[in-house]
Amino acid sequence: MLFKRTPSPHIKESISVHDMMFMVIYALIPGALASMYFFGWGVLFNLFIAISTCLLTEAAILQLRGREVYSTIQDGSALLTACLLALALPSLAPWWITVIASISAIAVAKHLYGGLGFNPFNPAMVGYIVVMISFPLEMTLWTSPMGVGEGWPDFSTTFNWVFLGMLPFSETVDSITMATPIELIKTQLNQMHDIAETRASDEYSALFSSISGTGWQWINILFLAGGIWLVKKNVADWRIPTAFLISLILISNVFSVVDYSTNSSALFHAFSGGTMLCAFFIATDPVTACTTPRGRWIYGASIGALVYIIRSWGGYPDGIAFAVVLMNIAAPLIDYYTQPKVFGDPDR
Amino acid sequence: MKPTATQLSEKELSSFDGGIKLVAYKGISTREPISTFAQTRQYIVPLQQHIGAISQVLVAPGDKVLKGQMLAKPGDLVSAAIHSPVSGVVTDITQHDIPHISGLADQCVIIENDFNDEWVTRQPLGDQYNETSSHELRNVIRDAGIVGLGGATYPTSVKQTEINIKTLILNGVECEPYISCDDALMRERAQEILSGADIIGHIIKARECIIAIEDNKPEAIKAMQEAIDHDGTGFFQVQIIPTIYPSGGEKQLIKIITGEEVPKHRYPAELNVLCHNIATAYAIHRAIYFAEPLISRITTVTGHGVAQPQNIEVLIGTPISHCIERCGGYTDDSDELIMGGPMMGFSLNSDNLPIVKACNCLLVTAKTEHTSRDKHLPCIRCGKCVDVCPARLLPQQLYWYASSKNTDRLIEHNLFDCIECGCCAYVCPSDIPLVQYYRSAKTTIWQHDRERKFSDISRLRHEAHQQRIDKQKFEREEKLRKKREMLKNKNNDKDNKKDVIAEALARAQAKKNDRLKDNDTETD
Repeated sequence: MLFKRTPSPHIKESISVHDMMFMVIYALIPGALASMYFFGWGVLFNLFIAISTCLLTEAAILQLRGREVYSTIQDGSALLTACLLALALPSLAPWWITVIASISAIAVAKHLYGGLGFNPFNPAMVGYIVVMISFPLEMTLWTSPMGVGEGWPDFSTTFNWVFLGMLPFSETVDSITMATPIELIKTQLNQMHDIAETRASDEYSALFSSISGTGWQWINILFLAGGIWLVKKNVADWRIPTAFLISLILISNVFSVVDYSTNSSALFHAFSGGTMLCAFFIATDPVTACTTPRGRWIYGASIGALVYIIRSWGGYPDGIAFAVVLMNIAAPLIDYYTQPKVFGDPDR
Repeated sequence: MKPTATQLSEKELSSFDGGIKLVAYKGISTREPISTFAQTRQYIVPLQQHIGAISQVLVAPGDKVLKGQMLAKPGDLVSAAIHSPVSGVVTDITQHDIPHISGLADQCVIIENDFNDEWVTRQPLGDQYNETSSHELRNVIRDAGIVGLGGATYPTSVKQTEINIKTLILNGVECEPYISCDDALMRERAQEILSGADIIGHIIKARECIIAIEDNKPEAIKAMQEAIDHDGTGFFQVQIIPTIYPSGGEKQLIKIITGEEVPKHRYPAELNVLCHNIATAYAIHRAIYFAEPLISRITTVTGHGVAQPQNIEVLIGTPISHCIERCGGYTDDSDELIMGGPMMGFSLNSDNLPIVKACNCLLVTAKTEHTSRDKHLPCIRCGKCVDVCPARLLPQQLYWYASSKNTDRLIEHNLFDCIECGCCAYVCPSDIPLVQYYRSAKTTIWQHDRERKFSDISRLRHEAHQQRIDKQKFEREEKLRKKREMLKNKNNDKDNKKDVIAEALARAQAKKNDRLKDNDTETD
């Protein structure tokens, strides 16, 4: 009797790339729902535009590259990139911002380098950086969060703005948007208002009703919860988020203890902006992160330090995207120099 | 002082990095005791069933052979003897497919069974081994063709050359799923295993013997413990270890028990331990007490693709198809035939192959449990493989360099420390057959090394040849030069003579002239 031959091992753990990607997407859901609750319809539009653009771009390029479109697109990687990108973009970003970011992410950052597994830079963050550098004004278009002022505009106002660039006569862009807490504190500091003053002012006290900003705090807490689930499920690496958060908290704590009037507290940094999204969902992207155990500590901690540096002294409101991509560049080098000592190595 | 039972079981066990927990599936083959079955007509005995040099055949086609007769002697120091499993006639010595990972054929002795079961004359050493020297005992084991039966088939006697080793570890771990031949052997023949271990202990002058068994084999642990209690010398000790794959790997097991890592590229003797499989100990017992060479072994025939999974005691050289037949044949949804366990075993393309000394398990999988791996996704560098690698390698980097054929980087990332346990491929979410990549990379590098060595040797020989030619040329020229010089000297001599003659003539002339002058003056 004849048999076919296959390589060992002949048994297999059942978790696949597809499973991993979808678990990451599921873990995003609580934070994404909070995002929608606090920032309204825009978040949903972002998700819709990003997902359709990313999937279409992925399909088109797979077709061009002569790959199997249907089975490849099912790995869920393009879908995940779209979700991360949509959740990072401001809630009132015009549609073309999201489209440009999505195409840059999938076409340039992912497929020009060879597709899944071969991209040196995090696609979602590359997409984000492209629009951030090209259209800095549009990248500040966050609505005021639910519970602050009038909150977010209704469906038709949001729809008309995002897709048609039109606003009702009674409104201006400024009247429906509001700076994020991180950005606000920075601009106020430039105008010689220290942090305590900004937080207590009539204008902004509603935004600062919680430590790291109304809305932002909850969104971060829920991303943290999803992230912890991912780590427990062994889908996301635990070292990178741990190192990232420890480094960010330690550094911001040192500075805020030295001078609390111009440096926000560690808690503010940990739960504001994109901190938790970055810690558990972006920095942990396995393809572009370090893969050695020691390397992952270095990688996470360095991103934490860079985020703090860019937030505090950089020209951009939040430093996540730049910090991650900068460390993506360094990842292969870190990997090379942090090889573990093998079994029986006399130097160990 | 000899350690007592309680001291050792309280000893804290160490652990190795990585490893995985696997579903054991051992129960399906241990329901029945070890069975034997009637002999078949033809036996195919490969000449290479061990690590090391191929054995040198001692018989010719047409020869009548007896059961247990040596068919081939060890071809080198690291090699093993091969014996006839039955009495009968050698019909051919030819290339026949053998169960090997390469899937290639090798030289085999084909024996036609005469069903007389006529043994060669045997003179068992028996209890006399106590007064026999280590060297002689090693020779008995060598002549019995005993190799490591855990799967590596390294010649046993070669392993026992170091003496005064403190600890003998008997490996009854059997960490691969499905395989239960060691389990069955321990349950049924514990005393014989201890007897074999005692002989090894005598050879290497060991002070203690630790029998390591995974905690998922309570019956085997009980049987061994009872045999030890019966023995009562305090030399033996059962050590229960946690079930985690690949704890049965020699270096992993030594780490668990001693807490120390065998230095890379070195042997366990460096840590004062020696490790043998329990089936090897059993084979040694048979060789000393019955003068029986290694012509049979216990093999687990199992899997959901075979009708009656069980452990069989089978003669080396029996066709696999015959074994499967005796175990109820294949089920309707049988899929693959694997020699060894599901993690490290390799699939066979046919069952018309003989049982060899390494054959601890024949696993027939069912189509229903088939894990599709027709194509794999790209590596996403998730690092799950790093977490499970017992050798602390970076499998994802090795894969990257193996696919780009970057030999320098592969060696730098310690490719050759890979024990091919398959943990990385087992957890890989992209379904990459990582071990296959590493194996082929190793083979390529070995081949390059061989080629380089060959070309080095050729170059050296060429250079030596060139030097010889140069030397000869130089010598010839030297000779010629000397000759020329000599000839030249001779010519010089002639010139000298001429000079001398000329001078003499000149002198004579001068005298003559003087005389003439004188005469002239006189006449003036």
